[in-house]
Amino acid sequence: ADIISTVEFNHTGELLATGDKGGRVVIFQREQESKNQPHRRGEYNVYSTFQSHEPEFDYLKSLEIEEKINKIRWLPQQNAAYFLLSTNDKTVKLWKVSERDKRPEGYNLKDEDGRLRDPSMITTLRVPVLRPMDLMVEATPRRVFANAHTYHINSISVNSDYETYMSADDLRINLWNFEITNQSFNIVDIKPANMEELTEVITAAEFHPHHCNTFVYSSSKGTIRLCDMRTSALCDRHAKFFEEPEDPSNRSFFSEIISSISDVKFSHSGRYIMTRDYLTVKVWDLNMENRPIETYQVHDYLRSKLCSLYENDCIFDKFECVWNGSDSVIMTGSYNNFFRMFDRNTKRDVTLEASRENSKPRAILKPRKVCVGGKRRKDEISVDSLDFSKKILHTAWHPSENIIAVAATNNLYIFQDKVN
Amino acid sequence: MFVRGLKRKCFDGEEDIEGTLAGIKAIPSYNLQRQSLLDMSLVKLQLCHMLVEPNLCRSVLIANTVRQIQEEMTQDGTWQMINTQSTGQASVDRLVSTDILCRSSREQAEGKHVPGYSTFSKDFEGDQAQDSSETMSTASSVQPPRNLPSNVWEMENPQENKGNFQKSLDQIFETLENKTPNSVEDLFSEVDNSYYDLDTMLTGMMSNTKMGHCDGLESFSSPTTTTSSSNCKSDLNELDHIVEILVES
Repeated sequence: ADIISTVEFNHTGELLATGDKGGRVVIFQREQESKNQPHRRGEYNVYSTFQSHEPEFDYLKSLEIEEKINKIRWLPQQNAAYFLLSTNDKTVKLWKVSERDKRPEGYNLKDEDGRLRDPSMITTLRVPVLRPMDLMVEATPRRVFANAHTYHINSISVNSDYETYMSADDLRINLWNFEITNQSFNIVDIKPANMEELTEVITAAEFHPHHCNTFVYSSSKGTIRLCDMRTSALCDRHAKFFEEPEDPSNRSFFSEIISSISDVKFSHSGRYIMTRDYLTVKVWDLNMENRPIETYQVHDYLRSKLCSLYENDCIFDKFECVWNGSDSVIMTGSYNNFFRMFDRNTKRDVTLEASRENSKPRAILKPRKVCVGGKRRKDEISVDSLDFSKKILHTAWHPSENIIAVAATNNLYIFQDKVN
Repeated sequence: MFVRGLKRKCFDGEEDIEGTLAGIKAIPSYNLQRQSLLDMSLVKLQLCHMLVEPNLCRSVLIANTVRQIQEEMTQDGTWQMINTQSTGQASVDRLVSTDILCRSSREQAEGKHVPGYSTFSKDFEGDQAQDSSETMSTASSVQPPRNLPSNVWEMENPQENKGNFQKSLDQIFETLENKTPNSVEDLFSEVDNSYYDLDTMLTGMMSNTKMGHCDGLESFSSPTTTTSSSNCKSDLNELDHIVEILVES
């Protein structure tokens, strides 16, 4: 099994898609709840697996293009088929996932194996009929949106008009129409004329969930810009600029690196945005640009270890963050297969672990604690024992229920609320 | 050769370190910390994956960190001190070697025993500190100015930086072995024994395997013509130039 690189529920929560480093997409479907087994409250089983992207070679630059799936985004369902966008560093693809449970039988010109029949042997005509067959789920690429990005794509976001979507790389954001693959509009370009002057890159971008003209993008300097596409074709000038003033007492050579935003997500309501930087998750009110309304410490005990984390490159890890369906709880990952949840109302938080050794299936997860210094209690883990190779970068929350998907390297964990 | 047995006149003035890295308890001085951070950052900028495009965000963040350190060092006057000491060399692009010089001369001046940066990384800084005294002697025999990365990897003295050099070479070779199995032998056959220079090796590798950002690394191996007046600004410009190359590729 390959390292999972993205996880995403669809809009109903019925399907869960994962993308991995090998370019594969695996879709899980929730079982229908049955009265016979009430304790199995809709488990997720594999529904479809397909190879979305293949490794490519850019002959002009003599560089490999990785097939790793960076992001998957679902389209809202409009007919029996499911549609999703998946992207690697350079190419976005629209996939159609559809079911087939009947097949036609009784052709005149070919037999059941598909071999052509000799026309002179045909003496009667018959009408082909549809007969049931074993359910087959097929995935077909419907559109390929290629050659629009010089730099590595980090985000894709479907617009609320369901007709357009955007793809963002380190320096540019492009707007696409789903029907048109040979053209895209460039809506943000922060590439300096002289690359020597480059000091800031785009790290994530997302459309507003309801206003199809509004989107945000975050940068490596810890800023978020909100843009309105109605103002101009090229959204180089932001409508709003969100930045928290630096805390001079915490200043170090690593300040900029840890302020780099790795993920930005609108709340379902569209009123707030959440950003993740290396040590914190912040919630911003769209109406207030000068500072976030809430800041949550994910793993502040790492603040004193920044130099080591810089040395082993962990400081560049890009963690994602997610809202729950009602925007009351936010979740993000950490190291040692830990992930954290913050309740915005009660201000309580919890650290949980996604690991087979430490929890049996169907057992309730035990909260974990990292001990910072001094005496370590029995169940605590000391900072120095944390495994930095076990990082939870990708998580997803069901749109309406308390079911979460957590990707721990090459394992996918699905947790749900305790059933009474 | 690690200098052993030197009494370390240190922060509290009392601690006596007998030359074992493991025994370090005191925090290295801010300047040394900053220096090792600078060195580490420069190494990170150079060590990019051979076959896949380097991560632009990471490169930009590291480059910004380097700039920040250099700006602070300029303000400190530490930068000026480095440049005035290294006369007779175009120190503009000899960033690292002059730092090593500065470090070793500072050590001599202050009689300090380099604590070894084992607080940060095991092999890397330790080896550098270890070999700093040898660098002093080899520096003068170093060939005409080359770009800064080549100095880090100077192999004229085989002892020098052998820990981190080996580690990074291993990384590069490992990448090669996984992707292009035949090229590893090719590159060994191509190596000119007269100077064991990493960038020559890399150039050799690249002409064999046609690796992507050879334009970036090749420019590292070509000596830059620099003016004799070495000042901080041109150092910064040089770094910008290197960053530009990395970023362009």
